[in-house]
Amino acid sequence: MELLVASAIGILTAGGLYLVLRLRTFPVIMGISLLTYAVNVFLFASGRLTVGAPPVLRDSMESYADPLPQALVLTAIVISFGMTAVVVMIALGAYLGSDDDHVDDQPQDDTQAEGRS
Amino acid sequence: MSLFFIVALPFFGALLPGLMNAAGRSATAGITFTVSLAAFIGLLTNLPTVLAGDVVMARVDWMPVLGLNFTLMLDGLGFFFALLILGIGLLIIAYGRHYLSREDNMGQFFTYLLLFQGAMVGIVLSDNILLLLIFWELTSLSSFLLIGYWKHLPEGRQGARMALTVTGMGGLAMIGGMLILGQIVGSYDLSVILQNRDLIQADPLYVPALILILLGCFTKSAQFPFHFWLPHAMAAPTPVSAYLHSATMVKAGIFLMARMWPVLSGTTEWVVIVTTAGLITMVIGAVIALYKHDLKALLAFSTVSHLGLITMLLGTGTAFGAMAAMFHILNHATFKAALFMSAGIIDHEAHTRDIRRLGGLRKLMPITFVIATIAALSMAGIPFLNGFLSKEMMLEEATHTTLFGIPWLVPALATFGSLFSAAYCFRLIGHVFFGPVRGDYPAKPHDPPAGLWLPPSILVVLVVVIGVAPFLAEPFVKLVTASVLGDVADVPKAYFKIWHGLVPALFMSVAAVIGGLVLLAVFNPALRLWDAAPRPDAKVIFEAIVESVAKAAQAVILPLHNGAFSRYAAIGAVAIIAAGYHAWSTGTVGPATREMQAAGPVAIAGWAMLAAATVGLVFMHRNRLLSLILIGIVGLMVSIGFVFFSAPDLAMTQFTVEVVTIILLLLALNFLPKTTPVESTVLRRVRDTAVAIAGGLATFGLAYHYLLRDAVTTPISEFHLANSYKGGGGTNVVNVILVDFRGFDTYGEIIVLGIAALLIYALTETLLSGPVRARLLNRLPDQPRAGDMHPMMMVVLTRVIMPVVLMVGFYIFLRGHNEPGGGFIAGLIVSIGVVMQYMASGFSWASARLKYPYHGVIGAGVLVAGLTGIGSWFVGKPFLTSDFTYVRIPPFEKFELATAALFDVGVFLAVVGAVMLSLESFSRLARRAHTPDTDHPMDIDPSRDLAPEGAGSAKEGV
Repeated sequence: MELLVASAIGILTAGGLYLVLRLRTFPVIMGISLLTYAVNVFLFASGRLTVGAPPVLRDSMESYADPLPQALVLTAIVISFGMTAVVVMIALGAYLGSDDDHVDDQPQDDTQAEGRS
Repeated sequence: MSLFFIVALPFFGALLPGLMNAAGRSATAGITFTVSLAAFIGLLTNLPTVLAGDVVMARVDWMPVLGLNFTLMLDGLGFFFALLILGIGLLIIAYGRHYLSREDNMGQFFTYLLLFQGAMVGIVLSDNILLLLIFWELTSLSSFLLIGYWKHLPEGRQGARMALTVTGMGGLAMIGGMLILGQIVGSYDLSVILQNRDLIQADPLYVPALILILLGCFTKSAQFPFHFWLPHAMAAPTPVSAYLHSATMVKAGIFLMARMWPVLSGTTEWVVIVTTAGLITMVIGAVIALYKHDLKALLAFSTVSHLGLITMLLGTGTAFGAMAAMFHILNHATFKAALFMSAGIIDHEAHTRDIRRLGGLRKLMPITFVIATIAALSMAGIPFLNGFLSKEMMLEEATHTTLFGIPWLVPALATFGSLFSAAYCFRLIGHVFFGPVRGDYPAKPHDPPAGLWLPPSILVVLVVVIGVAPFLAEPFVKLVTASVLGDVADVPKAYFKIWHGLVPALFMSVAAVIGGLVLLAVFNPALRLWDAAPRPDAKVIFEAIVESVAKAAQAVILPLHNGAFSRYAAIGAVAIIAAGYHAWSTGTVGPATREMQAAGPVAIAGWAMLAAATVGLVFMHRNRLLSLILIGIVGLMVSIGFVFFSAPDLAMTQFTVEVVTIILLLLALNFLPKTTPVESTVLRRVRDTAVAIAGGLATFGLAYHYLLRDAVTTPISEFHLANSYKGGGGTNVVNVILVDFRGFDTYGEIIVLGIAALLIYALTETLLSGPVRARLLNRLPDQPRAGDMHPMMMVVLTRVIMPVVLMVGFYIFLRGHNEPGGGFIAGLIVSIGVVMQYMASGFSWASARLKYPYHGVIGAGVLVAGLTGIGSWFVGKPFLTSDFTYVRIPPFEKFELATAALFDVGVFLAVVGAVMLSLESFSRLARRAHTPDTDHPMDIDPSRDLAPEGAGSAKEGV
């Protein structure tokens, strides 16, 4: 089981990294989302893996899953939604403003380059 | 009044002028004056204590570990300077009210002025040198704002920048010096440092500390070779020049030298450095001042010269020198501020400050003439005026000072400087006020209203009173001198009087005055000589240095920072992987302490789906709609994973967030291209793949090793499990952690979420008010639109579902404390319910029915959560302490009431507001782009279509 979770984190990271290195905004956003999953799962896994013992107190239960990473990841999920939304908005604004969705500065012609320096 | 109030009043008062701006100029100046006056009176209430020779202390421990405490001290020296700062400040405020024109933003000006005043008072009252440094930097910053107050003038901006650069760098040097000093003594309290003269002077680090501190003092007080910034700072409005550059800020360096005098002075290094710098500054300043045609430039260089004089007096290291310095500070502040204000009056009335264009003002501006002449004669050192007295004392001290083993050097240079000083004073009087009345003034000069001439005349009265009756000032100056000297030396017995007999100082003084008159007589040939001589222009040199530094920085930064995000990301990823590899290869891995758990077929199937979706996403990312589906699968698998590994709350959150994220991305994809073109080279893709695989392997290795080992120290989770029910009143530990144990974190997080949503809203607003708006209006959809955009089935379904969704949200919210659920999840569920209405019936239909704007919902959420936290203060508990109780209202069962639930309401509202505001902003963009939305809930409505023309709208909103 540990092998599965660890390799899932690895796959998500690798996919996320590859997409983050792409040249257009949309794949980069996808990549950031994959990295977010990887990080959240990793944080969650820092409480180690427990099956069938949610941290909801019961008289019949002796041990529970670690609640602390769960609480931290819960807020992280919601915040990462906020951040994704901001990044998407920026990407959209940039695209609508310049009709170009490259993430890298594009080589400009001479007249524009003058104004930039 | 407590010293804290005296320092704090200007700072808090600085908020008022801006607020009063709308109430008119007099109200703005009036409130500023009142604030200053309150501080001034507060200072005076401490006068009896100071006069009795006691020191007033006030202390609050701030960061005791660092030795940084808020300690204030008021002794004779501090009182003297505070009196100058607040007293002259009052006159300047009155003067500034009449000086500034209607176009100037007066609230801004007085806000800056009060900030500066507070910082200055802070410097002179600080007992802790670290605190002093903070105020020191604050004066640099606030003076930057004041010098550059007329933002439209390039001279103002350049002068402000130069002043900030020079004094800021000096401030940096001084921080170093002060830290060394504090290390030597082992305390940062001035009162302790001042007791340790021998310890400090014996230390090998004494010389570096001395040089660093003097760098700070010299830059601030415009001593050679840092004198060049002061004349350029004269681009400031005249009240600023009169206040900062004659009476207060430039005296800060001198104040510090006086403050540190007991521990730093007396050594050879001190005498050589300080006396030499002072002497050179005095002579150079006086010579340059004579040849300046701009009245304010003349006064600026004369200020430089006088500051040099005071520095030299402090440098001699004798008690008499210190006393003369203190006396001259008082005298200089009075006559120089009066002169600056007079220059301002002339500028204000004649519209020029150029001496060559003035002359004959004696008849046109008699009041200004009297004020300026008395002040200038005092500066020249004419008897019966206060400048004469301290200049005599200076010359007296000069005759006793030997530098570099040459006994005549100091007296000769001092006389030389005084000669030029007298000459420029005479020139000021002669060339501005005497001579024939001219017909070509830029404006017809006349005396100003009383508001402008009254403040300088008050100062001139002081000039005369001290000059005629010096014994009035004597006890006060001696009191100040006593606190400068500390235990090191006794206050000199010498009396302040006009006639000392035929002493050398008198002859030097007479020589200076006569020489000054002679020099003025031959002024024109002298000026030609001066203009012909080559001189370095400090401004050109300074600008060249700034330019070359900026060029060098650009040469380093621009090639590195080339705007290629993917390159930064690659470098960042490789650097992190390399750091991790380094840690891995140099550290040791402990043995595995946990058993690997067996994986069933369900887990393997889930894993396989997640892996397949991720790999598929990477390979098919060019089809953007497809990649959205694939990432949805990934999210779903992650949610199911959370359920599997005992985290129901997480699963619910992830699942609902997944829904809103996909909607969000769909809204964005409405505008973005639907495919990603192939652009990168094969080599580049191979490189990226290598980076990605390395990163993936690294996280896999890390996670795998981590999962098979127990924590090194016992996690605090046990505490949460044990206390969740007892202390928090809930059995869902995750929720109790969120709203109770770590409520403050959650509070911060909902604020972040709210800010993110507001940011999105602001970006949308910016886009819609710019050129993008036109582009959106003209945009043609790149894909065929649905014929039935608001289908009836969907409208009906979402309406029916809405109450159910709200009920589910309510249920999830209520049970959150004891079962999986809570504010976050309930907020997301309710948002989805509302979003469905938008999707079914369109943006304008939904937003027309919107009662509360989402900003308000976010604000209400944060407010509710915050007020819940504050509520615990009323019962004497720290912020966000929660309480709960069980009540029973028949016929219901016993249930729990917890303040944490109220906090969760805040979380709920903030989440709903943030999610809705983000999605709404996106759809607002879309609203602009397409054909106008209908106001009807659905496009094809049989009841409407069957109804007669004109009656259809009555059905709207059913």
